[in-house]
Amino acid sequence: MRKRSLVPILYIFFLMLPIYWLVAMSFKTTNEILSGFSLFPQTFTLEAYVTIFTDPSWYWGYINSIIYVSLNTLISIAVALPAAYAFSRYRFLGDKQLFFWLLTNRMAPAAVFALPFFQLYSAVGLFDTHLAVALAHCLFNIPLAVWILEGFMGGVPKELDETAYVDGYSFPRFFLTIFIPTIKAGVGVAAFFCFMFSWVELLLAKTLTAVAAKPIAATMTKTASSAGYELGLLAAAGTLTIIPGAIVIYFVRNYIAKGFAMGRV
Amino acid sequence: MKTENQKAWFFVAPVLILVAFNAIIPMMTVVNYSVQETFGDNLFFWEGLTWFEQILRSERFHAALGRQFFFTAMILLIEIPLGIAIALSMPRKGFWVPVCLVLMALPMLIPWNVVGAMWNIFALPDIGLLGYFLNHVLGINYDMTQDPVAAWVTIITMDVWHWTSLVVLLSYAGLVSIPDAYYQAAKIDGASNWSVFRFIQLPKMKSVLTIAILLRFMDSFNIYTEPFVLTGGGPGNSTTLLSIDLVKIALGQFDLGPAAAMSLIYFAITLFVSWLFYTLMTKDDLN
Repeated sequence: MRKRSLVPILYIFFLMLPIYWLVAMSFKTTNEILSGFSLFPQTFTLEAYVTIFTDPSWYWGYINSIIYVSLNTLISIAVALPAAYAFSRYRFLGDKQLFFWLLTNRMAPAAVFALPFFQLYSAVGLFDTHLAVALAHCLFNIPLAVWILEGFMGGVPKELDETAYVDGYSFPRFFLTIFIPTIKAGVGVAAFFCFMFSWVELLLAKTLTAVAAKPIAATMTKTASSAGYELGLLAAAGTLTIIPGAIVIYFVRNYIAKGFAMGRV
Repeated sequence: MKTENQKAWFFVAPVLILVAFNAIIPMMTVVNYSVQETFGDNLFFWEGLTWFEQILRSERFHAALGRQFFFTAMILLIEIPLGIAIALSMPRKGFWVPVCLVLMALPMLIPWNVVGAMWNIFALPDIGLLGYFLNHVLGINYDMTQDPVAAWVTIITMDVWHWTSLVVLLSYAGLVSIPDAYYQAAKIDGASNWSVFRFIQLPKMKSVLTIAILLRFMDSFNIYTEPFVLTGGGPGNSTTLLSIDLVKIALGQFDLGPAAAMSLIYFAITLFVSWLFYTLMTKDDLN
């Protein structure tokens, strides 16, 4: 038994190494980083973090990212809920084909879409808005949300719906006050996934924004390429991008295994 | 089981409209470019299938496709067995379960370019933890920016670091769904660890492993940001994967026609291989 638990421990140790290095580097001075190797920060400094929290071009990156990610999560879940209900409860013309088509959207390389997306969102006048990124990320998040929610809804017996209708519930009232609370774990997991994939995606977010809605990850790449020596700043910005993910994952920690299986176990 | 109800289309309509807006219009733009030539100024000339022929014959495309298949094959061969092994050795209940799961999921929540930047810092020969350790403690000559082998090892290790947890979490979800009674029965029969794995655990993990293999295939085949930030496709062209090459053609050289044709071929290959995996893995269920 002892020997067995060594495997996950070693694996987690391996996972934490690069993260530790990023965090450690964010507390080092530029001098220390370039002068040679040190396992721990010798002269502990918060300089990089001060820069990020006082310079609007930096902290607005975070605010922009959080705005479009939240917006995307809201839109995706709101439209995916009724659709997933339809897929899990009814048969209708072309249902299987539609479901499969939705999933194929995850397979298109984002690199393919970068330029057409830019043209499309410029044409409709949404370029450089939070809404543009939020809508663009719907491409891969809505199919995923439908898939996950459908899995969770499939686990709810149909008798629940029927009993509610017999008791005189209208559909909207049943859906909002009985059905959604029943699958709230599934909604949480789906929201978590939408948040996650919107948060980590950069190519489309970068293509669709210039200044006003620029994501933090894009602000970072600019610094990294124009001033390669500002490694401390890069590391601090990187460290801060881990925090929102860590917070949302904490909320779904008990459902995470089932959630990753898209409710299909 | 399900009732027939055509009104269900109203429930699906918002999803359909939003996804179609994002999928069909850009896809048609790509199709449009793929059969035309442009010299700028929005002037387009019909080219037919010239670009498709050109791409399919080009050695550069073959090389990038070869690298892409090699990368994806390595990823699947390492991550799937490793993920299953880690899931098997995880505790089934208790305080440590959520701790393990949260820590393991962490790499997946880091923006992709941060993953690339993080591994870049980690692998710097003299000041990165990994680079320093390999060069100065183990005495291996390691420099990702000069040596193609080192670059390959680094991008594969990075992806293993980034995504093995997905396989772990999926397999784990499959494992915890197995009732204790199955294990007790196996014990009474005196089954070996291997037969427990082969006849109880593996079949129970099958549906989640199908998802894992499909997701890992699609995502590793379409990978762009992480290797681009880490190696930029170098040294030379040694780690120029398909999508990196595509972006070079589309945005670097602004050859819209060939880039669009390449996108469509790329998408078709992804679809075909996904379909192949899916049919092979669900074949037994149908019989």
